[in-house]
Amino acid sequence: MNVEVVHNILHKHQNAQDGLISILEDIQSQFGYLPAEALKIVAGESGKALVDIYGVATFYKSFSLKPRGKHLISVCLGTACHVRNAPVIGQEFERQLGVKAGETTEDWEFTLERVNCLGACALGPIVVVDGHYFSKVNTAKVKQIIDRARRGLDKVEVKTDNRVFPIGVRCPRCNHSLMDSKHLIDGLPSIRVTASYDRMHGRLSLSSLYGSYNVSTEYVVPDNAIVNLFCPHCHAMFSGSSDCTICEAPLIPMIVDGGGMLQVCSRNGCKNHMLDLSGINI
Amino acid sequence: MINLTINGLDLSVEEGTTLLEAARFWGFPIPTLCAMEGLSPYGACRLCVVEIGEGKQVKLVSSCTYPAQEGLKIRTASERVLRARKMIIELLLASCPQSKIIQDLASKHNVRQQRFRQEYEDCILCGLCVRMCEEQMMAKAIGFRGRGETRSIGTPFDVRSEVCRLCGGCMYVCPACQLRCTFTEPEKAICGGCANLSPPCVEKPTFDDMMCYMDPCVACEIVKK
Ligand code: FES
Ligand code: FES
Repeated sequence: MNVEVVHNILHKHQNAQDGLISILEDIQSQFGYLPAEALKIVAGESGKALVDIYGVATFYKSFSLKPRGKHLISVCLGTACHVRNAPVIGQEFERQLGVKAGETTEDWEFTLERVNCLGACALGPIVVVDGHYFSKVNTAKVKQIIDRARRGLDKVEVKTDNRVFPIGVRCPRCNHSLMDSKHLIDGLPSIRVTASYDRMHGRLSLSSLYGSYNVSTEYVVPDNAIVNLFCPHCHAMFSGSSDCTICEAPLIPMIVDGGGMLQVCSRNGCKNHMLDLSGINI
Repeated sequence: MINLTINGLDLSVEEGTTLLEAARFWGFPIPTLCAMEGLSPYGACRLCVVEIGEGKQVKLVSSCTYPAQEGLKIRTASERVLRARKMIIELLLASCPQSKIIQDLASKHNVRQQRFRQEYEDCILCGLCVRMCEEQMMAKAIGFRGRGETRSIGTPFDVRSEVCRLCGGCMYVCPACQLRCTFTEPEKAICGGCANLSPPCVEKPTFDDMMCYMDPCVACEIVKK
């Protein structure tokens, strides 16, 4: 466990004086679970008793004190899903993954858990994999879901997910369009910027689909590296005033056609981006 | 001073007292399990239930956590209170039959059967030890963990806590880990003697505003002979 990371998280939360749950959530999103060491650091920094923190961490089902696999599969066994055969679906997952609910597969790929109601009862039985909801699941779909999770669910399927939509953006300084129809990503013109990292400059193309994380670069940027981005037209460096709420790297602003701002995290691999449409009359 | 009525008597108590303190001050006994002087009230066992209010507003509250209010009408031994109390004891007995304290309570309140699935827990989650550790020993070594059915008391990660000084305060206050009186088998947890009395006391319904002030109860004593 990286002690530094925990300290960074605590620092972000006003030196651990913020709400305990949001601190624990951040720690869990970093490590995938709550390491005992991390809880001790939180206790030490915040002045709260370790028992209290441990009590909160064990009270909420969404916190895990055990390391979890790469993908988290939550099968809903709430009342509505239960009457629609969710227990059988749960058993099917257990059979196919070879683990019981609450356990992790040996290859650390999947953790299976049971939850009670995910608030989407009308679409039940519900299964959630890494934040992606699968509705009206039946035993035949179980294999598909596991396969899709293996392939990685962050590769979004355009058209099926309406949280994903294309946007056009412009440079906030020279107002030139950044859209590049020569490089297609997700079948659509990409957002083209110049990226610099470690004295290397090159083209970086981002998917113009809001919600898709697909990028292509001229050279390989290591994961977690922070890149500087420049406008390919006026060569001004994009610089923003705010920091990423997840990893604290600078957020890079771009103007969205039709109004509003798009903020993209400059850390390679960080999936934070947000659309700020405030101040616009639609 | 706050004026209130306990069991039909007009009394006054100081501001900020709880109903339990008020009743005890004026000599009305109320059985308790999770209340202890020097520890903050917690309201976990519900054994201290009393009835407050009048007419349609009547309700049962735990007296150890309820603050005294001007004009409040309190009944510490009405039929409804006694019924609730018996039920609570029965439930406690179901979860922790081996506790001497709970057995004594059962015998004192004439609980002679236990209709629930018998468990042999060693904790009733009254939180006395947690409060003892925090408030008197200033340690906070133990606390509640988990929730619902799996709620339990213990140290973080189930390893010895660094702040625990092994004072034993938690065990001292525990009502569940007292010496057992299990007859010979755990199923016979209640010692037959107390449970086999015939109904000793006056018929209660007509005496809602009264209660027996004798301790031990004279009627019980007579029947034993
Ligand atoms: S019961 Fe499954 S989502 Fe509500
Ligand atoms: S003594 Fe009041 S609830 Fe336990």
